[in-house]
Amino acid sequence: MKRIVIIGATSSIAEHCARCWIQKAPVDLVLVGRNKEKTEHVAMDLRVRSPQSTVVSMQIDFLDPIHIKQLADDLEKEAAIDIVLIAHGVLPDQSRCQTDLVHCEEALLVNAVSPVLFSEGFAASMQKAGHGTLAIIGSVAGDRGRKSNYTYGAAKGLVARFAEGLQHRLAGTPVNVVLIKPGPTDTPMTAHMTSQSGRLASASEVAKQIVSGIDKGKPVIYTPAKWALIMWVVRCLPRWVFNRINI
Amino acid sequence: MVKVFSWGRLEGAESDAHSLHQRGDVSRVIQRTGSGIAHGMGRSYGDACLNPACVIWKTAGLDHFIRWDEETGRLICEAGVLLRDIQRLMIPRGWMLPVTPGTQLVTVGGAIANDVHGKNHHVLGSFGDHVKGVTLCRTNGDVIECGPDHQSDWFKATVGGVGLTGVIVTADIQLRRVAGPWLEAETIPYSDIDEFFQLADASESAWEHTVSWIDCLSLKGRGLFMRANPIDKKERLISFPRQKKIPFVLPISFVNSFSLKPFNAAYFYLKKRQKGLSIASIESFSCPLDHILEWNRLYGPNGFFQYQSVVPRADALNTINRMRREIRAAGQGSFLAVLKTFGKKAPLGFLSFPQPNGVTLALDFPNKGKTTLALFERLDAIVHDAGGRIYLAKDACQSRDLFVSGYPKLEQFLSFRDPGISSQLSRRLMGY
Ligand SMILES: Cc1cc2nc3c(=O)[nH]c(=O)nc-3n(C[C@H](O)[C@H](O)[C@H](O)COP(=O)(O)OP(=O)(O)OC[C@H]3O[C@@H](n4cnc5c(N)ncnc54)[C@H](O)[C@@H]3O)c2cc1C
Ligand SMILES: NC(=O)c1ccc[n+]([C@@H]2O[C@H](COP(=O)([O-])OP(=O)(O)OC[C@H]3O[C@@H](n4cnc5c(N)ncnc54)[C@H](OP(=O)(O)O)[C@@H]3O)[C@@H](O)[C@H]2O)c1
Repeated sequence: MKRIVIIGATSSIAEHCARCWIQKAPVDLVLVGRNKEKTEHVAMDLRVRSPQSTVVSMQIDFLDPIHIKQLADDLEKEAAIDIVLIAHGVLPDQSRCQTDLVHCEEALLVNAVSPVLFSEGFAASMQKAGHGTLAIIGSVAGDRGRKSNYTYGAAKGLVARFAEGLQHRLAGTPVNVVLIKPGPTDTPMTAHMTSQSGRLASASEVAKQIVSGIDKGKPVIYTPAKWALIMWVVRCLPRWVFNRINI
Repeated sequence: MVKVFSWGRLEGAESDAHSLHQRGDVSRVIQRTGSGIAHGMGRSYGDACLNPACVIWKTAGLDHFIRWDEETGRLICEAGVLLRDIQRLMIPRGWMLPVTPGTQLVTVGGAIANDVHGKNHHVLGSFGDHVKGVTLCRTNGDVIECGPDHQSDWFKATVGGVGLTGVIVTADIQLRRVAGPWLEAETIPYSDIDEFFQLADASESAWEHTVSWIDCLSLKGRGLFMRANPIDKKERLISFPRQKKIPFVLPISFVNSFSLKPFNAAYFYLKKRQKGLSIASIESFSCPLDHILEWNRLYGPNGFFQYQSVVPRADALNTINRMRREIRAAGQGSFLAVLKTFGKKAPLGFLSFPQPNGVTLALDFPNKGKTTLALFERLDAIVHDAGGRIYLAKDACQSRDLFVSGYPKLEQFLSFRDPGISSQLSRRLMGY
């Protein structure tokens, strides 16, 4: 049985990834969340879907480096981990970030600092074990800063640069690092963007592509795939053009 | 505000949509948003799940299973779980939902709130007959646990209660044991309604599923009678059809007077050639359209109605023939006309649709505005005379009079309504 650890397991995208995995074959799943009850609800669902899998849920403070390190070591010690998916994140209100610096700080901590702590923790234990794939969810928003969400974009950009460095460091080792960049997806995170609802990808479709991308060991997964092209164009736009676009 | 449609795509209703994702949050959300109505997959054709300019609570995110007991076949899940997901998970384990409607792309909550029926109604009743309990959240913060054996009046109001008693958050359902998804099905052509009734009477004791397709535009009411029984075909691999999607709303209705007659005739002759026994999966037998997603777009930008009535058996031959004559004379109607007899069991819900021993006729009409509504008025009068009723899951325009005469337990129902919940349907038929 594959052993998979999901950080931010109550995220809709992560939950659909878990459903994909257990649908393929029974797995040994560890779900990590900040809220005990919500995480356990996800675990109960997965146990019904796959009685042969083992699913445990646990709670942790997502900004506590000592405990994060401990968790990574303990889980690796229990049994070798095949995949870690780091999925948590929050979409802050950009205009509020500009005036309410507490809100701004929170967004940076949850979207950038916390995933880095988990990644370092698990990268170390996986490297020691000489085995496993570390998959981190970034975002297309991290590819270029834009006025409507650059705080979030900057945090996701940090994750991207971090993943790049980690890939460099672990190149030639058996440990794989995968950076996932979803486009706008229909999840609770985007529930307020009702005017866009027709243009959002479904979480199950995005999850399917993530799971198959991880299987193939792709270094970067844009999902849905069209975002690779769109973001390439966005990155190429000269500043004087980009700055005139209202996005 | 977002545009929300029901299956008939008649007029999109701009609504303030709130998605429910966590069962623990439902009570808080519905207390906060102001008066609204639950909206599952929007597979109702009319206005039961619509609330123009007001709030809708989208329940499809409540899609978690909670508990499964392999020994007893009891499943507890959230109300946004799709019937299709239950079937696909459980059939390989030897269990399935006893009752499914003509599409499995509906939520458990929607199936309960319309107390939906399937082609096996004469054997297994309707969906509500297999629900052992629900958790209901009310907009005043109350949480009510009810079922056939506890708080049963709340349960009778909620089963078939079109969302008006509260938001169903979880349900406890009794599945039934099955050998697999396979049915042995037989198709028999009939040339008039009289023959249909003979076939129905002769089939009900020995066949678990019965339904018929009727060509309402033909002179005598020819049709195809389909009946099926589960069979054990363990050697056959279970597979699920790939889904295709109608990508956009057609600019004009594909269903019109030019296409109808030839389509009906062609369908009839094709199927007639396939008469006899065959093996089908429950999905393809019960829900033939489910692998064409959003087929309702074929009806073009004005959308369509489904008119589904049930009338008592005693005078049904006469009543159905009168309705057919009206439909023929109007030159409307469509290829999806379904004629079926219900079993003798009275449904649980105060507002449940299936009339014991009733005969139900359902057909789609492209929306042609006044001419279609005028036809419905004539059909309503026939249903009213016969002592029948219109199915709320399909209804968009019946009169209050017909509703009141068709649903004699309405008074009992009303005292269980949640004052913080209303829909376009409830305002049209019940005042608020
Ligand atoms: C192709 C097709 C075939 C069909 N065949 C049949 C058939 O054979 N037999 C049959 O009986 N019906 C049939 N139907 C109708 C369909 O089964 C019902 O309309 C069903 O209720 C739709 O479920 P939904 O999840 O889409 O709910 P919606 O259409 O979104 O809502 C239906 C009602 O349920 C309420 N509701 C939804 N969720 C909840 C909840 N959690 N709590 C409280 N109330 C809730 C809504 O307020 C609304 O009143 C068919 C529909 C289609 C499109
Ligand atoms: N949806 C999109 O359009 C989109 C696009 C690009 C990238 N992404 C990224 O995809 C990932 C998954 O998002 P999603 O769309 O699935 O969102 P989601 O369903 O809203 O899930 C968000 C997750 O983040 C957790 N979280 C939020 N704030 C937290 C905090 N302060 N501390 C710890 N955990 C916190 C949530 O935990 P609780 O359940 O306990 O609240 C939940 O598990 C995120 O990294 C997101 O940035 C999403």
